[in-house]
Amino acid sequence: MSDCLLPTMCTITGRKQDTADVFTLSIDPPDGEFPFEPGQFNMLYIPGVGESAISISGRPAEANKLVHTIRAVGDVTRLLGIRETRERIGVRGPFGTGWPISQAAGKNVVIVAGGIGLAPLRPVIYAIADRRDDYGDVSLLYGARTPADVLYREELLEWKRAGVLDLAVTVDAARSDWSGDVGVVTNLVGRIHSDPAATVAMLCGPEIMMRSTARALLDIGVEEANIAVSMERNMKCATAFCGHCQLGPYFVCKDGPVFFYPDVAPYWQQREF
Amino acid sequence: MKQFLDLLAEHSFFRDLPREDLEFIATCGRNVAFKAGTPIAREGDPADAFYVIRKGRAAIEMYAPGRGSLRVQTVGEGDILGWSWLIPPHRWVFDVRALQDVRAIAMDGRCLRDKCDANHEVGFQLMRRFAQILTRRLEATRIQLLDLYSDKVV
Repeated sequence: MSDCLLPTMCTITGRKQDTADVFTLSIDPPDGEFPFEPGQFNMLYIPGVGESAISISGRPAEANKLVHTIRAVGDVTRLLGIRETRERIGVRGPFGTGWPISQAAGKNVVIVAGGIGLAPLRPVIYAIADRRDDYGDVSLLYGARTPADVLYREELLEWKRAGVLDLAVTVDAARSDWSGDVGVVTNLVGRIHSDPAATVAMLCGPEIMMRSTARALLDIGVEEANIAVSMERNMKCATAFCGHCQLGPYFVCKDGPVFFYPDVAPYWQQREF
Repeated sequence: MKQFLDLLAEHSFFRDLPREDLEFIATCGRNVAFKAGTPIAREGDPADAFYVIRKGRAAIEMYAPGRGSLRVQTVGEGDILGWSWLIPPHRWVFDVRALQDVRAIAMDGRCLRDKCDANHEVGFQLMRRFAQILTRRLEATRIQLLDLYSDKVV
């Protein structure tokens, strides 16, 4: 795409309902290929309605398929949710910074996701799975609202079976037939037995969850500079022009969404940022 | 006893407790095991112990007529289960059930209360440790109550 402000209309090639309010769209990418870094996002556009910033959740090695997992919460995302295959939507991107996957090579990796926050982290798991020997222990700590809200259930179990990662899933509420954990995802941090000084952590979810998890990781000895978080703000232009997503000196759309803890932690304490 | 003392000393809850204090309270402890599915505690029963979980996972639940057992939280390896032994009227407030085979150290509550009365320094150390657990659980429960993954604005 030559003009980053101009959407390219692309065809939806697949649609999967993941949970009651989350669905995954596969899209024919602009120009047939769409290389991206795990953690980056696109602006998805419905003509006459508007755009929404959505993280890319597909496999980085499959550049011929663009995949987005989306939660239907606003006008654009609700309409995206009722789009069928062969319909067309606008795409701008990819935008933003990626997860520190190369920095994590040779180290242990702790991935902590809350809710739909697993979607921007799935490309990280794909990338690690493709080069599993390059990493030490890999753990995924995942928190969801209820068992019915757990995303990518089959894939998670397959990754666990294949030894790609250690998996711990917790939910906020469950009936007694749920065999997993109940409680906040922060409770799972105590299950990490890898050397914290040689661990890179990647966090994505509601900001309160990330703050709490980051504190727990620091408590067990993970270094500040090795904690990456994906920030969510009101992204509009995605090119650091409009200022809607400003966070202190940063534009989340361009300088983020992936930041390191020392860069954003001071602004977590600032009200109205 | 030495092996049992080492088990206690290795646990983060007792870490940094002076050896003589550990020996003082170790006589209140014993190894216990619960098969998956069996109850560990029942709401309203006397809370005569707390558990240092060594293996397995247990669910803290509350029964509601017509809704069955509602799961509040799960605890697992390395966690401490139960503080009702410390606070009058010393009765369990929730049901606890083993989700997997659980191996734990049960610390006798009455024995510990007597020891704490006899040695206030040990009592203070235990109280301080339980205060940290209570604080962490309260913080986690408050975050859980926020229902962060809901699409509703709290």
